[in-house]
Amino acid sequence: MRRGDVGPAGGLLSAKMRTYGFIVSFLAIPLALYVVFVISPYIQAFYISLTNWKGISANPRYIGFENFGRLLDDEVFWAAVRHHGLLLLAMPLITIAIALFFSFLLNLGGGTGGGRLTGVWGARFYRVVYFFPQVLAVAVVGVLFQAIYRPDGTGVLNGLLAAVGLGPVGWLTDTGLALWAIMAVVVWQSVGFYVVLFSAGMSAIPRDVFEAAALDGAGRFRLFFSITLPLIWDTIQVGWVYLGIAAFDCFALVQVLSVDRGGPDNATTVLPLEIWRTAFTFSKFGYASAMGVALFFLTITFAALSLRVTRRERIEF
Amino acid sequence: MATRTEPVRVAKTPRVTAGPRQRSGVGVFGALSHVALVVWAILVIGPILWTFLASFKTNAEIVGDAPLALPSGYDWSSWGRAWSKAHLGRYMLNTVFVVGVSTFFTMLFGSMAAYVLARYRFWGNRAIYFLFVSGLAFPVFLALVPLFFVVKGFGLTDTYTGVILVYVAYSLPFTVFFLTAFFKTLPTSVGEAAMMDGCSHTRTFFQIMMPMAKPGLISITIFNILGQWNQYLLPIVLLSGNVEDKWLITQGIANINTNAGYEADWPGLFAALSMAILPMLIVYIIFQRQIQSGLTAGAVK
Repeated sequence: MRRGDVGPAGGLLSAKMRTYGFIVSFLAIPLALYVVFVISPYIQAFYISLTNWKGISANPRYIGFENFGRLLDDEVFWAAVRHHGLLLLAMPLITIAIALFFSFLLNLGGGTGGGRLTGVWGARFYRVVYFFPQVLAVAVVGVLFQAIYRPDGTGVLNGLLAAVGLGPVGWLTDTGLALWAIMAVVVWQSVGFYVVLFSAGMSAIPRDVFEAAALDGAGRFRLFFSITLPLIWDTIQVGWVYLGIAAFDCFALVQVLSVDRGGPDNATTVLPLEIWRTAFTFSKFGYASAMGVALFFLTITFAALSLRVTRRERIEF
Repeated sequence: MATRTEPVRVAKTPRVTAGPRQRSGVGVFGALSHVALVVWAILVIGPILWTFLASFKTNAEIVGDAPLALPSGYDWSSWGRAWSKAHLGRYMLNTVFVVGVSTFFTMLFGSMAAYVLARYRFWGNRAIYFLFVSGLAFPVFLALVPLFFVVKGFGLTDTYTGVILVYVAYSLPFTVFFLTAFFKTLPTSVGEAAMMDGCSHTRTFFQIMMPMAKPGLISITIFNILGQWNQYLLPIVLLSGNVEDKWLITQGIANINTNAGYEADWPGLFAALSMAILPMLIVYIIFQRQIQSGLTAGAVK
């Protein structure tokens, strides 16, 4: 009706133009920022990885796949890849197992009081406490755990061991132990997040499913393995992918916490740390980018594989 | 009616008899599970509490052989040293400024792009959406080297402008991904009614759609504030040692950590750590519900 004022054709056209003007004006800045600072570096990284750029020469020389050939013979690179493999296997498994156990207790572990399943007493308090480490900066957590892990009797853990008469353990200085010690910190920090995540998944399951099963005589273990687990499988899968991607990072923790940044003797080094060090300490930008490309393909392969392998038929409820 | 109530009564009887048997099962299992829950709670609270206590200790007490002992006295001087001498106060204010500005622009640009992508059909819409979302799949370490040189090319290394622009750009993929889904769930009728009444596209967005999207905006704002506050990699790459007075909190803490060994000021280190933890603790206690839903929002979607 309003269009009638200006005449049908002109009104339509100007309304359309205005819409396009609006779309462009709203997209221009975010898109420009994103393309300049995110997309263009990602694309450049692939090119730089094929050069011998050291930062000083204006024109980096194209050297094909030489950097990647060198990577194959680079012991430190393989050490880092092995560490990612270990982190990828152990970290999600431990974190998810602990988180599932706690979230089951907090949501359904309180027994069948009057035929209704409830969480254990104090569930809300535990959820609040468990989640807290998640809001702390990884760098802060790293510094904090340095005091916990100190190798002599002054460390908190070794103080505890001394109290029961055991000698001090070099948590971060023992090459066989250091990576596990760092992994424990990741688990410490992330369990609370997954407790909350899985709790959300469990609370979405209708209560009568559990109550019907409990009435039919299903025990706690049946309730957990036959009902809860299949019904929150989607959420577990999301958690798995998140933790797997986190296993390819660990930069801040290793950089702050480990002995000699990735030591002792490269026992804790990870690819992100090597990329950072190769680029900003040794100025080998081409080689660092090649590591970045390798890291990218590792991450993508993991994500694609895990989505494929863990796919299950979705259970509607 | 009478025949109908009969089966219910019958069904109720086994429930009552089953009660005590299940209760005893709860007893053993319940006790064990409570032990596990309490142990984990101690594991979480213990290290943090210990840090607070250690900030009041003397150097000798910390380096001594009884790391678990309580401090002999409550001496606040280490807090003063960490605040002024180790510049923690400055790092914290720097971080408040950087994170405040960059979260604001992340939310503004993110919701603008998400709104247009969710609500308007135009050529290239899908392509732009996937361009944004693809950013979620790339590890930031892949971009690290070129990113540094892009920022340097603009002459923005060692400046807050550079850090803020990079923070905003790298927060966009998730913000756009989440908010696009969120704007799609909002009813279209209100916005259309406003447009019929002659409200411009821009005004409809700011005065009608933004208030309607408040729950989603709050979740993602929290997500971005925490993510940017805790960022460590980007500051150490973009703010070099030449501009130590511009450093952000995570950098500052890591640096104090390196220096504490040389200067033998361990109480100062723990005071600095406590000071970094305390604001997060307070904010978390006040907003824990929103923070939990904000951080898990992406995973549940």
